Formats: sequence, C-alpha cells, structure tokens
Amino acid sequence: MAFLALEGLTKRFGPYLAVDGLELTVGQGEFVSLLGPSGCGKTTTLQMIAGFVEPSAGRILLGGQDLAGVAPNRRGLGIVFQSYALFPHMTAAENVAFGLEMRRVPRAEREARVREALALVGLAGFEDRFPRRLSGGQQQRVALARALVIRPEILLLDEPLSNLDAKLREEMQIELRQIQRRLGTTTVLVTHDQGEAMALSDRIAVMNRGRIEQVAPPHEAYERPATPFVASFLGKTNLLAGLVRDGADGPVFVLDGFALPAHGAAPGPAIATVRPERIAFADAGAGLAGTVAARVFQGSHWMLSVETAAGTVLVIRQNTGAEMPREGAAVGLTWSPQDMAVRRAEP
Amino acid sequence: MIARRVVPWLLVGPALLLFVAVVLIPIAMTLLLSFHRWGQFTGIETVIVLDNWREVIEDPYFAEMFLRTFRIAVLVTVAAALIGAPEAYVLHRMRSPWKGIFLLIVLGPLLISVVARTLGWALLFGGETALVNIVLLRLGLVAEPVRFMFTETGVVIALTHVLVPFMVLAVWASLQRMDPRVDDAAVSLGAGRATVLWRIVLPQAIPGILGGAIIVFALAASAFATPAIIGGRRLKVASTLAYDEFLNTLNWPLGAAVAVLLLVALAAIIVAANRLVERRFAQVFE
Amino acid sequence: MNRNGWIALTFHALFIVFILAPIVVVCVVAFTPEGFLSYPTHTWSLRWFRAIARYPEFVDAFFASLWLGLLSSAIAVALSVPAALAIARHRFPGREAITALFLSPLMIPHVVLGIAFLRFFTEIGLGGTFAGLVISHVVIVLPFALRLVLASAAGMDRAIENAAVSLGASGLTTFRRITLPLIAPGVASGWALAFIQSFDEVTMTVFIAAPGTTTLPVRMFLYIQDNIDPLVTSVSAAVIALTVLFLIVLDRLYGIERLLAGRAVGQDDR
Ligand SMILES: Nc1ncnc2c1ncn2[C@@H]1O[C@H](COP(=O)(O)OP(=O)(O)O)[C@@H](O)[C@H]1O
Ligand SMILES: [Mg+2]
Repeated sequence: MAFLALEGLTKRFGPYLAVDGLELTVGQGEFVSLLGPSGCGKTTTLQMIAGFVEPSAGRILLGGQDLAGVAPNRRGLGIVFQSYALFPHMTAAENVAFGLEMRRVPRAEREARVREALALVGLAGFEDRFPRRLSGGQQQRVALARALVIRPEILLLDEPLSNLDAKLREEMQIELRQIQRRLGTTTVLVTHDQGEAMALSDRIAVMNRGRIEQVAPPHEAYERPATPFVASFLGKTNLLAGLVRDGADGPVFVLDGFALPAHGAAPGPAIATVRPERIAFADAGAGLAGTVAARVFQGSHWMLSVETAAGTVLVIRQNTGAEMPREGAAVGLTWSPQDMAVRRAEP
Repeated sequence: MIARRVVPWLLVGPALLLFVAVVLIPIAMTLLLSFHRWGQFTGIETVIVLDNWREVIEDPYFAEMFLRTFRIAVLVTVAAALIGAPEAYVLHRMRSPWKGIFLLIVLGPLLISVVARTLGWALLFGGETALVNIVLLRLGLVAEPVRFMFTETGVVIALTHVLVPFMVLAVWASLQRMDPRVDDAAVSLGAGRATVLWRIVLPQAIPGILGGAIIVFALAASAFATPAIIGGRRLKVASTLAYDEFLNTLNWPLGAAVAVLLLVALAAIIVAANRLVERRFAQVFE
Repeated sequence: MNRNGWIALTFHALFIVFILAPIVVVCVVAFTPEGFLSYPTHTWSLRWFRAIARYPEFVDAFFASLWLGLLSSAIAVALSVPAALAIARHRFPGREAITALFLSPLMIPHVVLGIAFLRFFTEIGLGGTFAGLVISHVVIVLPFALRLVLASAAGMDRAIENAAVSLGASGLTTFRRITLPLIAPGVASGWALAFIQSFDEVTMTVFIAAPGTTTLPVRMFLYIQDNIDPLVTSVSAAVIALTVLFLIVLDRLYGIERLLAGRAVGQDDR
C-alpha cells in the first residue's frame, strides 16, 4: 500500500532536466533508498518531497493527499541534511526541542521527549553541548534526534553518513537501521554509496540522469540488474562480448570456444554480465582460457584479474585458505548459466 | 508560484525606492543642472545650453585645476604603493599579538575623522608646532625650512597618510590568500630572500597593489577636506573648486559641470584600469 | 618575536611614526596651557578641553552628529538586512544592477553626492532640514552595512533555515529564531561601521548642512578654514579619543581587518 507516491515527478532547471518523470511508491514503515551517482537528481527529488524545490511537473502524494499546496513547514517531515544543518547558536537539547516548540508541545512533555530522543541516539548527557563542541558523529546523531522527535510521517535522509569516516559510518548504519526498525518510521534515504543503500534499505531505487532505472530489494537488484547501468553501479561486474547461437538444447552463449546455455536469448552478437564472485576456476583445459595478470589479497577474499581472449575478467574468490593461482599462471574460468545475464549487443 | 517571485522584490523594495529617489534622480538633476545658465543677477535659468561645459573645457584655469587634481592623485597613489605594500608584507610576516596590534594601529586611522587627521598635518607643517621642519633641519636634510602648507607637496603627504591604509588593506588581503609554504618551497629550491621577494611574493601581491591603487587613486582624485585644509584657498582641486562655485560664488550650474566632469573622468579611468587589471591578471585572481 | 629582519623593522617603525604622528600631535597640542598653538613643554593643561563647554556650536554639533549617526545607521541597517537576504538568496532579474546601485555611493565622489543632494533637497523643500541630512546619510552609509550583512548572509548554510522550516517554523519565525541570530555579528558590525561613517562624514554634509543642522566634522572643518587654534585641537583630540575607544571595542568584538575588508572603498577619507 503506497504511503508516499511520486507520480511523474519532474524538475527542470532551465533547459536542464534534473529529475525526469520519477515513479516511486513507498509503503508505510518502509525504508527506501534513492541510489545513484553524484548529480543524478537525488537531492532535488528529496527537496521536492520536502517542499523546498517546486516540481516542474508530476505529483507527490502522502497518505493519498497531494502535497502540492502544502507549505514545507506544514508537511511534518523529518529531514537530516548532509551538512547536518544544526542550529549553531542552540545547544543539542534546544536543537531537538525546536520542532516541538513549533508544535507548541507543553514544556514538561517537550523536555521529556527531548531527553528520550537524545537517549535514543545515544547522546544522553550531551543536552547542553553546543554543536561546535560535538564530534561529527555526535552532530549527526543530534540531527537525527531532531528529525525524529517530531514523530515525522516520513524521515528524509540526504547522504546523512557521507561526512563520517569509514568505521563510524558502519556503526551509524547499523544504529540507523535499528532505530528505524524500532520506530517504524517510513524512511527515504539518498545516497551514492551502494554499500550503504544495500545495508539499510528494504528497497533500492537506482537513479541515473534523473531517471529511475530499477526499483527492487537490494539482493534482487544485485542479482538481476534491470539495466547495464544498475549492474555496473551495484557492485563490480564483468561485461563479456560474445555470440549467441542456436544449439541442440536451445540457444548458447559462445565466448572464445567456451559455450554456456543462454535461455531465451536471441541469436546474434551479445553481451553477458557476470559478477566476479560467481566466477570459479575450471579444471585444466576447460572453461574460458586466460592468464592471471595480477592478484590482490584483501583479507576476506582474493581479487584476481585474468587476461582472456574476451578481455580482462575480474575474479573474486573467498579466502578459504586454499592456494590461489599465481601471476602468470594459465587458468580456465567458468560460471553457471544462471549467474549470467545475456543481452543483445547494441549495434 | 507568483508569490515566490515577488519575495525578493519586497525585500529589496524599500532600499531600492530610496536609492532611485535619492541617488538616481538627484544625479540626473545634477547632470541637467550643468546645462543650465547662470547669471550674476538672474540666478539659475532653466534652459539647456553648453555654456558651462564650454567654459570648463576651454578655460585653461579649469584644465590646470584638473591637471593638478590628477597629478596629486597619481603621486599619492605611487607613494601609497611604495610604502603601503612593503608595510603590508611586514605585517603579514609578524606574529601575534604584534600582528593584531599593528594592524589595528595601521588600519584604525581609517575610522578617525579625516578633519582631525588633516589638522594634525596642518600642525606638523606650519606655525610654532611645525615639527617636520624642525626634524628635517636637525638631521641636516634641508638647509632651510621647507614650505608644506598651501603646497602640492603638503597635500600629497597628508593625503598619502589619509589613504595609505587602503593600500595596506588591499595588499594584506592578497598576501593572506598566499600559501606560506610556497615561500618555503622556493627557499628549499635554493632561492635567497631577495629572490623570494622579487620572484614569489611580489607577483602574488600585484593584484592587491593594483586593486589598492585604484581605490587610492579614486579617493585621492575626489578628496575634499584634506586639499581644502592643507592646500588652502589658492591651491584648488576639482572638489574644492566645485564647493566654491556652489557655496561662495553660487554659480551652481558651473559647479555641477565641474562635479559631473570629475565623476565621468574618474569613472572612465577606474573602468579602464579595472579592465586592464582583470585582463592582465585574470589567472592570478582565480 | 617575528621573522622580519632589521631593515624591515626599521621601515615598519618609520611607517608607524608616519601613521601616528599627526594623530599624536593633535592630542598633545590639545593639552597646551598657552593661548596659542604650542607643545605643552612645561605643564599639561585641560583648559582647552574645558573651553569646549563654552562653545555651544561644538557641543550642539556633537549631539547633531550623534543623533544623525544613530538614526541613519539604524535605518541603513534596517534596509540592508532584507536587501542583503534578497541578494544573497534569490536570483531575480536586475539583481546585479540593483547591487551595483546600492554600492554606488562608494564609487561616486562625495562632492558629487553633496551637490546632487543640495540641488534635490532644495527643489523638494527639504533643504537645510535634519530629515534631509538623515536621508542623505542613510544613502551613503548603507553600502557599508550592506556589505557586511551580505558577507554574513552569503556565508550561512541555507540548509540550516530549511531545517527550521521542515521542523514547522514559519518564514517569520525562521527569520527571528535562526537567520537573524546567525547574521547578527555581520549586522552589528555593519551598524557600527555605518555609524562611524556617518559620524565622520564631512565632504557631502558640508553641502547640505544648514546652521541649525551642522555636524561636528563640518563644524570643525569650517572652523579650521577660518583659523586653527588650540580649541579646535582639543575638540579633535576628544573626537580621536572617542573613536579610538569605539575602535578597540569593535576590534575585540569583530576584528578590525574583517570589518574593513568589507569596505574596500570608503569615501570620506581624504
Ligand atoms: N538550483 C539549481 N539550479 C540549477 N541546477 C541545479 C540546481 N540544483 C541542482 N541542479 C542540478 O541538477 C542536477 C541534480 O542535482 P542534485 O539533485 O543535487 O544531484 P545529487 O543529489 O544526485 O548529487 C545536477 O546536475 C545539478 O547541477
Ligand atoms: Mg546530493
């Protein structure tokens, strides 16, 4: 059931089409990420939902009501900005209390809710600190508490973790997810970090140049990317140019003498997409022949780049303690047909 | 939404109305005034004639006066650059708290009444209190007292004092943008102090010097109180002449012509200089 | 300690002497016990400071300057704040031209402004009035206020205000609770700079001040034009002392170079 719906949402800046006919529905309590490279229109989309940017066309429905005529200060949304946008002249508690003040919540209740919100984000005892005396992670938490304390219908997060260092970012991801689950707040997250989107979201909307290319749960988008862009943006992938031929048991994808069944593919030049972690080393003489050009140890896994007649292929293998082929070794690569998506090559 | 379009106009509206009414209209009126005729007994006649402009352009008295005005302005600009730029560099290299203290001493006078500052020079130049000549004579730099009051020399010195803080400020600002490690890098490459100054610091300070020069020149050419006090009634510059025409002779149209010519000449010079500076140093300003 | 060599420091010392000499001389001569201009070599005397009180022309002029400065700077700031917000925040046709117009009193010689105001006020019947003086001072000090307010408005993260709006604040509440406190340093220093500019202005004012509305610098200027005596020296010394006091406070609050950087071109300094 759609709680938030974007219908044909479009934004033009002069002749430039920043957001192009976006269609998206978000269910109550759902956590949806807008994922895409920088400049693809994520922030603009979020700002339209928040009411700070006026759509050029399309509608935004919240609980069935069109938001078009609703002023941004009446939308009741909680927003966490990339820069946090804390009020520098107010303490942490005053920051969090601001939204409640605007709602004329009585003082006693206000104080209780502020304390509760700060405790929720792990900042009990920091009430009287001014933002400039808080670390980046703490400021982030205050911003989150400030957005959540008003019990918003929707929580909008614009790259909330991008200013934090890698370790803190991972901790905050887990915390954010827990808090969101506990409160059940419908959440829209904007990020260019695919790891973050996959870790946090119920569904991901992958955006490219103002358009949504795919909306799907993280594993589905990863396993069955709808477009080459989604495939390359979500994790690493190999694009292999070959030929589809009709075989005895249906069509097969042929690559330098190595053939795999490709159900439903039309004959002709084609491109196959295979995730590097799905590629295994075949027995000697079998599979796609290649030579190991480089190998890099990454702790939990190995990354190898293998030169083949079809180009360089990236292979990722779990570190199970087994011996890996060395640089210069001749290897054969193989993968199972269902790990491969075959698409007709554009002429 | 139409409302959003209107917001900025509502915000600038009051100030805009005031400026249109009290800047644009009066300036246009002054321009018009310079074309009116004035007679000793008739007063201002609201006709459009070129009499005043012809007088201002053809009478050598005005040519000499404008020449003097711009000569003084050029000398003040050069003097301010020669002493202001090095001072800015010295300040730039100072450590706190000295930096802050001397910055206050050097820039602070900008906020002190120009009449009071010029009075100081009048005291130093003339009468019982003419300390400048006493010092010069003691040091044996001059054989007999130098005349400063009512001379261009005196006006240039006093105006340089009044305006040099602008030069220091402009050069200081451009030095602030300089990466101090560039100095160190040059030294590490074997450059001596003089080389660093000449090849590294000066080129980076030049936009500041030129910017400061434009400001100092403009202010020197339109200066009023200092030339009026130090230059006296005989050593006229454009501003003091216009003042005389307005409040003593009461020939407003002629005074307006002098003022408008000053405005136009200054605007032309500043625009040309700005163009030159921007084109020549576009890369440095980036 | 500093990194300047002795040549640099000698130059610096001479420069400082040059800068301070005329100011110090005024202050010293003001203490002369004599009836004529001289250095107080034997004793210091306050007789010329006491004499100021007997010259209502200076006392009245001082109060005229004070009210004029307070009023015109307050109005200039009140006009600058919304204008600066519009210029910093909105893109609208004519924005550049309007900004240039607001800053134009910095570029136009004050003699020209004086003449223009004299002509204009005489025509509309405001000649020689205090109201005319206030209006003209608002115009010439507004650029100083505008620049400092603009600098602080431009330096402010827009998202902070959006955050307030998203939390339910109306436009007015956001301005009062968020925007104004955040640009307050710029507004306060803009006001202070505007006040000083008005208080010191002489070139333009000399054209439009009438006997009843003469400001202190104009009174001093006209007096000096006639003759220089210890009285005008003590008045000047008092003005210098007041300004220095104001300046030190300002420097503590805001930093002199930040204050002045916003006024790369000032007009009445000649
Ligand atoms: N106010 C604006 N005026 C003009 N172009 C804008 C404006 N805001 C954003 N854009 C452009 O729209 C595109 C999308 O911007 P944005 O939504 O901020 O991207 P993202 O958040 O995905 O990085 C960018 O190319 C940006 O330059
Ligand atoms: Mg963005």
